Amino acid sequence: MTAATGRLRPTDARADDATDLDRGTSRAVRRRSLHLLGQLLRPRAGALAGAGALVVISTLAQVSGPLLVQAAIDTALPALREGDPTRLVVVGGIYVLAAVLGGLCAGAYVRAAARVAQSVLLELRRRVFRHTQRLSLEFHESYTSGRVISRQTSDLEALRELFDGGLTGVVSSLMLMVFTAGALFYVDWRSGLVLLVALVPAWLLTRWFQRRSQQSYREQRTASARLIVKFVETMTGMRAVQAFRREATDDAEYGRLGEQYRDANLRIFGVNGRYQPGLVLIGNLTVAAALAYGGWRVVEGTLDVGALVAVLLYVKRFFQPIQQLGMFYNALQSAVAALEKVSGLLAEEPTVVEPSDPTPLPSPRGEIRLQDVTFGYGDGPVVLPRLDLTIPAGQTVALVGSTGAGKSTLAKLVTRFYDASAGRVLLDGVDVRDVSGTDLRRAVVMVTQEAYLFSGSVRENIALGRPDATDAEVEAAARAVGVHEFVTSLPEGYDTDVNKRGGRVSSGQRQLLSFARAFLADPAVLVLDEATSSLDIPGERLVQRGLQTLLADRTAIIIAHRLSTVDIADRVLVLEHGRVLEDGAPADLVAAGGRYAAMQAAWRDSVA
Amino acid sequence: MPPTARADRPDSPSVPAGSDLSTLASLRRLLPTVRPALPRLVAGLVAALGASLAALAIPRVLQVLVEGPLAAGAAAGDPAALLWPTLAVLALGLLEAGLILLRRTLVMYPGTRVEAALRTTLFRHLLQLPASFHDRWAGGQLLSRSMTDLGLLRRWLVFGLLQLVVSTITVVVGIAVLVATAGWLGLVYLVGAVPVVVIAYRFSRRYRVIARTSQDQSGDLANTVEESVHGIRVLKAFGRGGDALESFTGQAEQLRRTEIRKAGNQATVTTALHLIPEATLAVCLVLGVWSAAEGQLTVGALAAFFLTAAVINGPVVDLGMTLSMTLNARTAVDRFFEVVETANPLTDPAEPRELGTVRGEVTLRDVTFRHEADEPPVLDGVDLDLPAGTTTALVGLTGSGKSTLAMLLPRLHDVTTGSVRLDGVDVRDLRRHDLRRAVAVAFEEPTLFSTTVRENVLLGVDDSLPAPERERLLHSSLDVARAGFVHDLPQGVDTRIGEEGLSLSGGQRQRLALARAIAARPRVLVLDDPLSALDVTTEEAVTRGLREVLAGTTSLVIAHRPSTVALADRVAVLSDGRISAVGTHRELLARDPHYRYVVASLEEDWVAHEHETDLTQEAR
Repeated sequence: MTAATGRLRPTDARADDATDLDRGTSRAVRRRSLHLLGQLLRPRAGALAGAGALVVISTLAQVSGPLLVQAAIDTALPALREGDPTRLVVVGGIYVLAAVLGGLCAGAYVRAAARVAQSVLLELRRRVFRHTQRLSLEFHESYTSGRVISRQTSDLEALRELFDGGLTGVVSSLMLMVFTAGALFYVDWRSGLVLLVALVPAWLLTRWFQRRSQQSYREQRTASARLIVKFVETMTGMRAVQAFRREATDDAEYGRLGEQYRDANLRIFGVNGRYQPGLVLIGNLTVAAALAYGGWRVVEGTLDVGALVAVLLYVKRFFQPIQQLGMFYNALQSAVAALEKVSGLLAEEPTVVEPSDPTPLPSPRGEIRLQDVTFGYGDGPVVLPRLDLTIPAGQTVALVGSTGAGKSTLAKLVTRFYDASAGRVLLDGVDVRDVSGTDLRRAVVMVTQEAYLFSGSVRENIALGRPDATDAEVEAAARAVGVHEFVTSLPEGYDTDVNKRGGRVSSGQRQLLSFARAFLADPAVLVLDEATSSLDIPGERLVQRGLQTLLADRTAIIIAHRLSTVDIADRVLVLEHGRVLEDGAPADLVAAGGRYAAMQAAWRDSVA
Repeated sequence: MPPTARADRPDSPSVPAGSDLSTLASLRRLLPTVRPALPRLVAGLVAALGASLAALAIPRVLQVLVEGPLAAGAAAGDPAALLWPTLAVLALGLLEAGLILLRRTLVMYPGTRVEAALRTTLFRHLLQLPASFHDRWAGGQLLSRSMTDLGLLRRWLVFGLLQLVVSTITVVVGIAVLVATAGWLGLVYLVGAVPVVVIAYRFSRRYRVIARTSQDQSGDLANTVEESVHGIRVLKAFGRGGDALESFTGQAEQLRRTEIRKAGNQATVTTALHLIPEATLAVCLVLGVWSAAEGQLTVGALAAFFLTAAVINGPVVDLGMTLSMTLNARTAVDRFFEVVETANPLTDPAEPRELGTVRGEVTLRDVTFRHEADEPPVLDGVDLDLPAGTTTALVGLTGSGKSTLAMLLPRLHDVTTGSVRLDGVDVRDLRRHDLRRAVAVAFEEPTLFSTTVRENVLLGVDDSLPAPERERLLHSSLDVARAGFVHDLPQGVDTRIGEEGLSLSGGQRQRLALARAIAARPRVLVLDDPLSALDVTTEEAVTRGLREVLAGTTSLVIAHRPSTVALADRVAVLSDGRISAVGTHRELLARDPHYRYVVASLEEDWVAHEHETDLTQEAR
């Protein structure tokens, strides 16, 4: 495969927050959003048409009511007076039938519409979720979790409102308008022309509304995302907020963002609050115009008074559903603005790309080779300049060196959290970029310092290493890293809920649990990135023993500040500014009296 | 399976808060917030009624005007007769549009203001609630309350409430008119309203439950989303994105089913609200025509009856929609109050003692701490003195309660029994703000915010301090924490660091958190294993700097390693929930086997039997 040159950069939060887009961008963004909407709706065209048909039937049934009343009074009543009740029975029967049919179809429509809406939402939820999981860490680091959460919650809400509120009215409204216009043309085509003229200002008003509301809805989405980001971050960091007395500041900041959101909502209400009465006004002015024009013709004697009444009633009725149409259009604007954000997230390309034609890696041995690897974060300085390194299968390598020496970077390249800017990282001779994600994760597992626990039981958290593991295997893994006793001391043992962010589990215990995860995953290559830092010495002693079993027949890269952990390594690499300064067995390096020897000495002093 | 969010909410009784209230009583709790907006809402309601009336009146007026004066004028060939009917219709039309504009303008402020006020109230309350609450409540549930639920409420206030009132008034007045003008035929129509009311009532009861389920499930879904983002490293490291997606899909599918069930209920009521009134009208039609044939009713009266009935049926159908909107809003209000009415167990005292100049003497007396009343105590009779200006290391096995003990000092947790005193004053007698100004913490897991390095470090520094002084604090504390790496960042101390500082290494984050605690210049400093992620060389440098800073500051340092212990004047050993020994590192090494076991280096492999006994101890 090709070496990634000119790597893609993820969109950062600032670009994502922009609302004042230039014409071209605005168009492109809107097109992307509508395209997504189309993609979602197209496969459901049949269901949508069905729902539409139900609305048509129920509307027809509703409209038939007044006609039946008319028929009853005009024909059934005289017939009854003649002594013939059949007509009345027939009309009454049809009316009951229409009521039942109309009611059933209206109800069925609600069900059908919900089914379409919910299936669209489910698909979109899944798509966004899957896509965020696929996106690289680089993206997540700049986009912030709050923003991802806002995309997946409040932005999707807006789409749901489109289905909930707007869609119901639109079909029946349009139908009524078309029918009414048809009837009007039939009665008096000249007055029909007045109606057509009235559509011009209505169209202009709608254009105005579209432009203004588009901008406002964008602002609303951005404001809502900011509010969510602030909320999520404050809740996540609540301990620090309280300990450093930031309550008032955060309150003020949140209040300010809340005001921005309120302002955006107010602007939307403002625009919409002028659009809707504007449509009504145009309708009413048209009625007045039709009255003046028709009245003049009545005076002229070219129009019948009765026809004028009918004309005016039709004109008025034509504009009655226009408010509902306006509401639908408003909901559409809101949904499209939200979809702009969602589709933006979906358009984000992972900087770490899955190979299109992966090389299978059925039984990885775990040999790692870095060839001429160069790496820098983003546009930042080069962290690893042209590194060459081979780690034979089964070897345990410890990386030591000061912060910023490139240890974690090397680990992230081997696990393919990032791709090298130049050069190649090979696993068993295969470029990691040519290995499928599934194969790579099966072969290479990393345990980091953040031992994140998900809500759920201890068992589920350990089983994250291998979801199909049996209970016995989970326990065996826990035993191997020495956390079994702790787990059984919990109120419900392995079934104990770890609560939010592992509230009740100390960080040392959490690290042990993530070791158990790794043990269960049983990869060919294990990377431990500062994974023992929170352990106390007895804990470390336990892990040490477990580690020896854990690392026995696999390749391991250990990054640790505790040189005691390093002692079990076959080989030590001392890194400095991305270069290997020393390379050898721990004992040899100590004997050689270089950098590592000095570190060892300092370490011994520190633990004495 | 990875993220499976808890379906049940923490400490929620089987009946959610407020669910025993009637919908009206539940919504009435909003009254204090809504009161200032009430005049506008009422005026908006009047405008809405006016607009509905105008809309109803226009067709009638048209008919009357055209058939009366206009026809007469036309017959007389007088074009001037056109003028005033046209003007009248124009005026009515302007009035209708004007009233709609007025209604919308009147209502939009209260709606958004109430929403914003409630949102701030919720946030403010959450800021006050202690760590114990936040440990139990997942973020997604809180977020969905703050955004989705309050959004629902806003829409209800702006549209639903008015529509509900207008529809109800229209229906009631319409039926009254029918009964008054059409006599028994009106009563027949009224009889038809009985099943509608019954069905609507039963619908409300069922729908409420489903609405609650749906909103709770969407909160859980938000939890899962949150965890999937916060735990993305773990999911990626183990390649578990697919499993996460699967379990997310399961939850989303559950929500979908609930929503479909909700729609099913709504469909039933929609059917009833369409079918029953129309069927009643069919019956009325047959009866009406029959009685007209009998001569009991004029044809005009019959036509008028149906015109009025047609006006009522529209709002009846709308009632289904507005009713569910109202119930959704009610559920939102319940969920909101569930959090806001959670009493804060950790409040400022009614009559706080003033902290003068703090000497910094801390005493813990007979302190016990339990997370929940029915759980075994984490701390069980801790007595500990931290003399002013001294540094004490707290040593104990992982899970022994060291961090919990540390959280008691700035009162992030409250003791269950016993007391924590600062200069002899119980910390519960102080304002939290005053206390926390005196006591700063560097947490074991550094919590950084997605803002600049500067703001992260100066988090605990008063904003009122002059800029040069703040700047000096920033640089000196970064210096002590050996966080010089920040100057290599693209914009130095003004570089925005990623959320939770995730783009930094563990050691870098820890040093920033340490700098933050130092910059706050507290009288009492709590450092929770502050050097765990540092390499030996850095640790040594930081230790040297820290010793200078700690001189004169009362400090409690949680330590796992002898090198950290070396910062302290004395060491306290925490085991089995109490302080088992206090002394210098040397003394304790000599006389305390547990201490030796906890901090002694790995090479000196302590005797195996001791190891075993301590293991069980750890397990306890």
